[in-house]
Amino acid sequence: MPTDTPLVVGDIEFRSRLIVGTGKYASFEETKKAVEISGADCVTVAVRRVNITDPSKENLLDYLDPKVYKILPNTAGCYTAEEAIRTARLARASGVSDMIKLEVIGDQKTLFPDNEALLEATRVLAKEGFIVLPYTNDDPIMARKLVDAGAAVVMPLAAPIGSGLGIRNPYNLRIIMETISVPIIVDAGVGTASDAAIAMELGCDGILMNTAIAGAKNPMQMAEAMKHAVVAGRLAYLAGRIPKKLYAQASSPIEDMIE
Amino acid sequence: MQITVNGDPHETGPNTTLAAFLTQLNLSAERIAVEINLTVIHREDYHSTLLHPGDQIEIISFIGGGEHAD
Repeated sequence: MPTDTPLVVGDIEFRSRLIVGTGKYASFEETKKAVEISGADCVTVAVRRVNITDPSKENLLDYLDPKVYKILPNTAGCYTAEEAIRTARLARASGVSDMIKLEVIGDQKTLFPDNEALLEATRVLAKEGFIVLPYTNDDPIMARKLVDAGAAVVMPLAAPIGSGLGIRNPYNLRIIMETISVPIIVDAGVGTASDAAIAMELGCDGILMNTAIAGAKNPMQMAEAMKHAVVAGRLAYLAGRIPKKLYAQASSPIEDMIE
Repeated sequence: MQITVNGDPHETGPNTTLAAFLTQLNLSAERIAVEINLTVIHREDYHSTLLHPGDQIEIISFIGGGEHAD
């Protein structure tokens, strides 16, 4: 039986193939609980100005201890390469991580990435020694260019951020997998457990989600569902599914039937 | 002297180091990052970095966010 090897990003080994976002929860307490239930050992967090008028305000990292969780800062909300690079540098200066989930958004309505700016920012940050995880379209050519620019993994979207539409183009994901040799982590667009399972069954190395869990009616239950879906999907991928056929094929032997 | 912190005007005394200023703000140097006039200041330099009138200071931390936090 083929045994699985862990997901490795740069030189960092992950215990879970599920990475979760920390946005949209009612409280830090709830965020922590959902993360724990999901089994994820890596969480993505946004970089924002400190509230200096009320510094007593609780810090997210008081709940998600960087000694316990791998912290993946992101450049969510950045619309230019310059903004994203600046945000990444600040994030790294905090000392919690050399990883950066690089987002350069091209359009407010679709939140699709600006691939040109993304590529530029990837090149700059990879040269500075960052472990770059770029959020990109499900475009094999772009994926190859990002890897050439120094990306540690490629994070193609399954569908628009927060849309919950699921894996819209499994064929492109498969082509990306054949095109590049770094891990592929599906980022954005999953809605429910079967979406996560499909991504993993295709052979993706990991999946990142936020809204699908935080936005569910019961985020804790969905966190657990996602945990199992990712594990089940991965196992099914390793096990190797049967080929699809148009006609039936009996599973019971037809010899020695009673006559 | 007047400086700008996270976009807002702020008063501080002359010869204030970044480390002293963060203490004035009751901010622990852990888990934050600071940029002065677009240059990231590394934590080991907080004590030796003097603030100057007109400095534009950004102090960041981490908040909940995943895919495009608003």
